[in-house]
Amino acid sequence: MNAKRTDFIATVVIDLIVASVVGILFFLLAYILTAGLPHVSWSFLTGATDAFSGAGGIGVQLFNSFYLLLLTMLISVPISLGAGIYLAEYAKDNWRTSLIRSAIEVLSSLPSVVVGLFGFLLFVVKFKIGFSVISGSIALTFFNLPLLTRNIEESLSAVSRSQREAGLSLGLSKWKTELGIILPVALPGIVTGIVLSAGRVFGEAAALIYTAGQSAPVTNFADWNPMDPASPLNPFRPAETLAVHIWKVNTEGLASNAAALSAAASAVLIIAVLLFNLGARLLGNYLYRRVTASK
Amino acid sequence: MLKQYSFEETAVQTFDDKTSLAMRTEDMQVFYGSNHAMFDANLAFPKNQITALIGASGSGKSTYLRSLNRMNDGIATVTGKIWYHGVNINEPGVNIYEIRRHIGMVFQRPNPFAKSIRENIVYALRANGIKKKAELEERIEQSLKGAALWDEVKDNLDKSALSLSGGQQQRLCIARSIAMAPDVLLLDEPCSALDPISTVKVEETLLELQKKYSIIIVTHNMQQASRISSQCAFFHLGHIMEYAPTGTMFSNPQIPVTQDYIAGSFG
Ligand SMILES: Nc1ncnc2c1ncn2[C@@H]1O[C@H](COP(=O)(O)OP(=O)(O)OP(=O)(O)O)[C@@H](O)[C@H]1O
Ligand SMILES: [Mg+2]
Repeated sequence: MNAKRTDFIATVVIDLIVASVVGILFFLLAYILTAGLPHVSWSFLTGATDAFSGAGGIGVQLFNSFYLLLLTMLISVPISLGAGIYLAEYAKDNWRTSLIRSAIEVLSSLPSVVVGLFGFLLFVVKFKIGFSVISGSIALTFFNLPLLTRNIEESLSAVSRSQREAGLSLGLSKWKTELGIILPVALPGIVTGIVLSAGRVFGEAAALIYTAGQSAPVTNFADWNPMDPASPLNPFRPAETLAVHIWKVNTEGLASNAAALSAAASAVLIIAVLLFNLGARLLGNYLYRRVTASK
Repeated sequence: MLKQYSFEETAVQTFDDKTSLAMRTEDMQVFYGSNHAMFDANLAFPKNQITALIGASGSGKSTYLRSLNRMNDGIATVTGKIWYHGVNINEPGVNIYEIRRHIGMVFQRPNPFAKSIRENIVYALRANGIKKKAELEERIEQSLKGAALWDEVKDNLDKSALSLSGGQQQRLCIARSIAMAPDVLLLDEPCSALDPISTVKVEETLLELQKKYSIIIVTHNMQQASRISSQCAFFHLGHIMEYAPTGTMFSNPQIPVTQDYIAGSFG
């Protein structure tokens, strides 16, 4: 076989593989959306759920998902930023650093259900916090940290060494160089990573079933004092999220229209995750242009 | 097969007490781990002159230059003394950030920050406590004029520095350095990534700058060394073999290794 022919065959094979991946994705999306969207309505998006049968709207769950996401990010972004900067800039190339790296690797490959059970035993049972937003977001942090840390470290490391030298040669300290010169250049990549991980956190169910709980008590959306038990912002109330709701309606839902309910909720979930992906892209590009002042 | 030259036979000039010096190294050694890359470097740099460092690739020019403002900290071990204003700055207690503000550096590849032209210049100034708007504006204008870039960018100071041409970027890097008001400027092959026209511009800039600054420049280009420098040092395998006024060095090199290098019949 000559080189040209080999090339041709290889190209065709690769094209086919790519086409099938894209095809599967589109089939999946189309299926979920066509099955679910007809059942989505404004009252479904905002309405309350019947606690016993699981029928009704998903308003509270949708809010819970976003609130949990916000808390998770508030905890995990600063920690992983610190860890990422440490690994990219300060960590020496020795056994301790490789130990940290392996630990991160292991943490990122823990099955989410195990993380959930751990969170259940530690926070819910041992610390007696109960099923709550805070237990859920700590569990999600465990599983978000390694991915974010790696993303931040990689984004920082991708910035050219010559930028660091430029900063240092002007008498800037290492920390100042890192914060003022390197971080802005890496920011688009970091933000993209954060938004993508937000999509993953948003869709996570297994780690939340035993931590944030499976009930969505009706909350009073007029009460924004986080200390009040009925307030939606109270971090100590149980908070079933959208992904957990889908799982629950499907496994133990008693509503007559359970199939339609879960299809509709899935469609909403998928759309939200797609929006996160799209947002990551747009925000990343926008920031890149802002940061480099290239209009 | 590379020709062997004796490292014993060197011709390094020294200066008498009347010459005022910008800085001086005394028995400086540099090690990259166990790799001994710089041997007994003894060089003195007269004030307000351009000194060129020449030599083949890998001869230790960058190694030497980067040691002068302690940019080798954390990369290499540097022993010996580096005298600057009567102080040995190769001591652990010395404030390296302060030193680098006095001894600026421009690199081989233009490395402007991914910020606007204005920010490239004022960022480090602000970090060093210069906050007054008028003073910052003044420094921007003076440094860009000093680097012969002002006329080209004065209407676009908020444009991204990355949108400049390579030669303009390099002059911006020079401006950024001189905005710190250093008194020594180190340049590591600043023209090697530039086209001939930009090179001429940078050379003219340097000739102008030597009135205010003492300049040490690494170059691969012997024409460049002879065009702009007053003193010239020749490096070979980590040793400084010859150091003399540039005219003398090129017309009448003292030792065989320099003679061969300048004649182009090296190795
Ligand atoms: N960061 C480093 N780590 C280890 N060894 C290095 C490092 N930088 C330089 N060296 C070694 O030091 C020696 C001198 O290198 P240096 O970069 O100073 O040469 P140079 O004269 O600047 O060469 P060129 O003209 O190619 O820039 C070389 O043997 C090189 O391998
Ligand atoms: Mg070099």
